[in-house]
Amino acid sequence: MKKAFKSPPGILLLAILALAFILPLFPLPDPLAIDVDARYAGPSAAHLLGQDEYGRDLMSRLIHAMRSAIVISGGAALLAAIIGVTIGIVAGYVRGISEALSLRVMDVILCFPPLLLAMLAATLYGAGPKTLVPVLALVFVPSFTRVAHASVMTVRGQEYVDAVKLMGASAPRIIFRTILPNIAGPLFVQFSFVVVMSVVLESGLSYLGLGVLPPEPSLGMMIGSARATFADQPWLLFAPCMALVVLVLVLNAFCDHLRHVFDPRNGSGA
Amino acid sequence: MGWFLRRVAQSLLMLWVVISLVFLSINFVPGDPAELLLAQDGGSPDPIMVEMLREELGLNRPMLEQYTRKMGDLLQGDLGTSIVDGSPVGQEVMRRLPRTLELIGAAGILSLLIGIPAGVLSALRPRSLFSRIAALLAGTAQSIPVFVLGTLFVILFATVLGWLPAGGFTPFGRDPGRHMMLLILPAATIALGLSAIVFRITRASMLDVLPLDFIRTARAKGVPARRVIIRHALRNALMPVITVFALQLGGLLAGTVLVETVFNWPGLSGMLVAGVNARDYPVVTGVIVVVSAFYIGLNLLVDVIYGLTDPRVRK
Repeated sequence: MKKAFKSPPGILLLAILALAFILPLFPLPDPLAIDVDARYAGPSAAHLLGQDEYGRDLMSRLIHAMRSAIVISGGAALLAAIIGVTIGIVAGYVRGISEALSLRVMDVILCFPPLLLAMLAATLYGAGPKTLVPVLALVFVPSFTRVAHASVMTVRGQEYVDAVKLMGASAPRIIFRTILPNIAGPLFVQFSFVVVMSVVLESGLSYLGLGVLPPEPSLGMMIGSARATFADQPWLLFAPCMALVVLVLVLNAFCDHLRHVFDPRNGSGA
Repeated sequence: MGWFLRRVAQSLLMLWVVISLVFLSINFVPGDPAELLLAQDGGSPDPIMVEMLREELGLNRPMLEQYTRKMGDLLQGDLGTSIVDGSPVGQEVMRRLPRTLELIGAAGILSLLIGIPAGVLSALRPRSLFSRIAALLAGTAQSIPVFVLGTLFVILFATVLGWLPAGGFTPFGRDPGRHMMLLILPAATIALGLSAIVFRITRASMLDVLPLDFIRTARAKGVPARRVIIRHALRNALMPVITVFALQLGGLLAGTVLVETVFNWPGLSGMLVAGVNARDYPVVTGVIVVVSAFYIGLNLLVDVIYGLTDPRVRK
C-alpha cells in the first residue's frame, strides 16, 4: 500500500488530502462569514482568491468544499466496503442459501440507477449529508459484495486455506485472518473506484440542490450558483469547476495506478 | 427457448420486486409520511392538509390494501396523480419520455461515430501519437462530471462564440432547424464521456482480435487491408462494444438528469427534480418506476442478443 502512494498520482493525491485537511487548521477566513459590502470583491491580502456573491471567502469555501467531498465520499465508500465485503465474503465462504439470497438482494439494488435511488431517498428523508452518506453507501454495497464474493471463490479452494482449516481454525478466523488479506488487492482497487464515483455523484446531487445543504460549501453547488453570474464573474465558476475536475482526475489516475500495482497480469508489479 | 423464457421470467420478477420496493418505500420512513411530505421548513403542517393527503395517497388504509390498489392501477397504466397540481403522472411521463429518449439516442449515435473509428485507428497503431493523444483525451473526458462539461459547453459555444443556443426546447414539428440546434449541445455533452468508454472498449477488443489466426489468413489470401479490418476484425470485435454500450445507455436514462437540468431540456429529469424539490412523492415514484423498467428491459435485451450470438451463454 505504501508503494501505491510513492508514485506521481499517489503524491498528487496526498497533496490534495493535505490541502483539504491541513489548511483548515490554519486561521483561514470563515467560509460561511457573509460580507455583503464586499460582494464579488477581487483578490486581496485577506481574501487571496476574492469573494463570492455574498462576500464569502472563495478560497476557504473551495478548501472546505473539497474536504466535505472527500469526507462524504470516503465515508460512504468505507461504509459500503464494510457492509459489502462482509456480505460478499460470508456468501462466498458459507455458500448455500446465504449466498443465493445476498446475491439476489444485490441484483435488486443494482436495478436502480444510483442517481434515482439517491433522489428517491432525498424525497422521503429530505436532502442533506445525513441522507447522502447512507444512500451513497447503499448504492455501492453491491459492487463490493460482487468483488469480494468473486475473490473468495478463487481463493477458497487454495491449499493454504485448507491448511489453516486442518489446523482447526474457526470460520471467522479463516475468513478475516486468512482470506481477507489475500483478497485485499482487488478490494482496494474497488474502494478507490467507489470513492471517485461517489465524488461525482455527490457533486451532481449538490448541483441539483439535493446534496450538501447551503450555506455549507460544496463544489457542485458552487458551480450551480455561479452559472447565473458567469458573464461578470467567470472566476467564480471556473474555480470550483477546476477544483472538482482536478480532484476527479487525480483520483482516477490513482485508481489506474492502484490497479497496476495489484494486478499481477500487468507485469511491472509495484 | 427455455433459456430465453427463464431470462424473461427473471426480469419480470426483478421488475416486480423493484416496483414493490418503490411503492412501499414511503412506509419505511420513520414517522407519519403524510406529515413528513408536507413539512417543508421544519414547521408542523396543517392537520387538515395532512388528513387530506393521507386520504389521497391512501395512507390511512392497511398497507396490503394500499399495495394491491397501486399495483392494480399500475397494470391499467395509471401511475397516480401529483400531490402538487393533481395532474396524472402517467400522462406527463409519456409526454416527456420521448424527449429523454431522443437525447439519449442522439448522444448514443454520436458516441459510436466518435468512439468506434477512434478505437479502431488506435488499435491499428497502438504506439502512435494519435493513440497517445486519444487515450489521454478519453481519460480526461471520463474525469469531467457531465454537469461541469455541459456548463463549460454552454459558456464556450453559446456565451462566448454564440454559435448555438444555451438551452431550451422547441418541438420538432414547429421548427425542425431550431429543434436540432438545441439538441446538439446536450447530446454532445453526454456523448463525450460515452465515446471515451466506446473508444476504450473498441480499442481493447480490436487489440484482442487483430493478432488472431483468421486475420492472418484473410491477409494471406489477399483480402484488401481495409476489408480485413472492417469485415473481419471489427465485426468480431464489436460484440463487447455493443454489450458495454447498451448497459451504459441504461445508466444514461438516469444520468441525463443533470444534463437536462443544465440545458433546460424538458425530459423526464426536469419532472423528477421538480418532484423531489416539492417532495411530490407520486411523481418521483412514477418516474423511477418507468426508468427502472426501461433499465431492466435494456439489460434483458443485451442478454438476449448475447445469447442469440453466443450459444455458450445459453446454459
